[in-house]
Amino acid sequence: MAVGVRTKDLRKIYTSAPPLGAAGGFIARGNARKSKQPKPQITALDELSLEIQPREIFGLLGPNGAGKSTTVGVLTTRVRPTSGKAWIGEHDVWNEQAQVKHLIGVVPQRPNLDFSLTAREILIFHAAYFGIGNKERNQRADSLLEKFKLTDRANQMVRGFSGGMMQRLSIARAMMHDPQVLFLDEPSAGLDPQTRILLWEIIRDYNREGKTILLTTHYMEEADALCHRLAIVDHGKIIALNTPHELKASIPGGYLLRLRFGNQTTGLLQRLKTLAGVREVRSSDGTGTDVYADRGGSLIPEIAAVAASTGAELSDVHISEPSLENLFLHHTGRSLRD
Amino acid sequence: MNWKAFGAMLARDAHVARRNAIQLSFQTFLQPLLFVFIFGRVMVGSGYMPPQYKSLLLPGIIAISMVFTGIWAVAMPLIAEFQWTREIEDRLLAPIDIHWIAIEKVIAGMIQAAVAGLVVIPLAWLVLRPGLDISIHSPLEFVAIILLVSAFSACGGLALGCSMNQQHIGLMFSMLLTPMIFFGCTYYPWSALKNFPVLQKAVLINPIVYASEGMRATLVPQFSHLPTLVTLVALLVFDLGLLYIGLRQFDKKAIS
Repeated sequence: MAVGVRTKDLRKIYTSAPPLGAAGGFIARGNARKSKQPKPQITALDELSLEIQPREIFGLLGPNGAGKSTTVGVLTTRVRPTSGKAWIGEHDVWNEQAQVKHLIGVVPQRPNLDFSLTAREILIFHAAYFGIGNKERNQRADSLLEKFKLTDRANQMVRGFSGGMMQRLSIARAMMHDPQVLFLDEPSAGLDPQTRILLWEIIRDYNREGKTILLTTHYMEEADALCHRLAIVDHGKIIALNTPHELKASIPGGYLLRLRFGNQTTGLLQRLKTLAGVREVRSSDGTGTDVYADRGGSLIPEIAAVAASTGAELSDVHISEPSLENLFLHHTGRSLRD
Repeated sequence: MNWKAFGAMLARDAHVARRNAIQLSFQTFLQPLLFVFIFGRVMVGSGYMPPQYKSLLLPGIIAISMVFTGIWAVAMPLIAEFQWTREIEDRLLAPIDIHWIAIEKVIAGMIQAAVAGLVVIPLAWLVLRPGLDISIHSPLEFVAIILLVSAFSACGGLALGCSMNQQHIGLMFSMLLTPMIFFGCTYYPWSALKNFPVLQKAVLINPIVYASEGMRATLVPQFSHLPTLVTLVALLVFDLGLLYIGLRQFDKKAIS
């Protein structure tokens, strides 16, 4: 019974501070009619529609405040949408919360482990909330502790755990009731590279069991390595959606050369466009120029020559190969890390 | 209604309470015992207070320890779990309507408050005897008062815990609970305020008045007290009002 996820025209406007992990977005003054003080309104989701197939690893990629965590919040019953609908399988998320909660497992952005319990008790009680019998929940806890390399810390209080251990335990807990859809909000934030690779392996394994996975990230490598399909989100809207491969192929040329000139002229930009392999030339602020091209380093001598002939001295060059980072930049004009 | 999830959450709270049993006992019983020792034993023994004061004092002390325990048991974990550790999120994702999570907290708080009240009675008896004149004339009435006072303290804890920020905990105790206890007819009966008519009317908005007067009515009816029916009805009204406010505030905290 593989289960998909769907949203239709989701809007979320926060009138108070958004929850942690869903902060950001852009702030617009509310148009409250002559009321005492207009509340600041934060539009976190703006008509977001999405369809995630059963058994898919789907990624939401975007900068902080893009609306990723709010989307996860709505899909996991924790955020009430201002309008629009969301479904897990056939169940309406807002109106059939208990059924939906049976189907989903959630790994939050910030660990929210029960500090009054030991690692093992956290798993056991979680399973008990889901009505799993005593014998089975003990077996599952043992096997997950083993899988996440936590067996030797099983009977310790989690207060003293490192960030990586807490994260692993959060994922183990989310898997305890064997959910059909697993949500991971920034799963590898703050993890060391070794743990990150372990985490990716675990996510892939879980997916192979026929489970649907939705993860949010602002790491390109992660989205690229794990996701079958990706949605690039910015300001609560989806700005691109496809496989990582197709998305990367959609960047003109693929290579991005970020150039700086001492003295940049329009003539120079025109000349750059005529070079062989150059697909697009963009200049945003008058000093920097982005050149999208289907080759990288081999263009540099020609660019330097063109610059010299127009009297614009080339002062800085940065070449990046086809990547999702470039894609994001291409669509939004902003870097993911902005 | 998912009774399995509800039961598992109660079991979790019981497990945590068992783990902290020693700390909890000191927190619950030390203050009331010191109080009965100084006021009931030392002051009475040295002749500053009449001997009957022992019996008059005890119901108020029971009410205080129940109210404190219930509020503390519900409000403090909620404040921490919503704002700091966010550990309640795991229960918010359990397959159960989230109101039942709040109600589970209330039930757990009620149990702790009732235990606190029931254990203070024999402990205080040990400290105060001889000369302590308390008896339960109507067990039914006693049970009803214990239940309603427990519910008042736990529902109050829910309403406060879901309305307060972490930085206001100190304020909650010094600005709200302390005056409520001193104006709550805990150390004196309501009838003792007859020389302060305005104050006597004003304190009737304080639910602790009904808690201590109700305790007095059921344990030491020889002293004057508010009519039992009045205290029962007033407590019920406060219980339901605080539960309603508490559930609304819980919703606001749980869902953004």
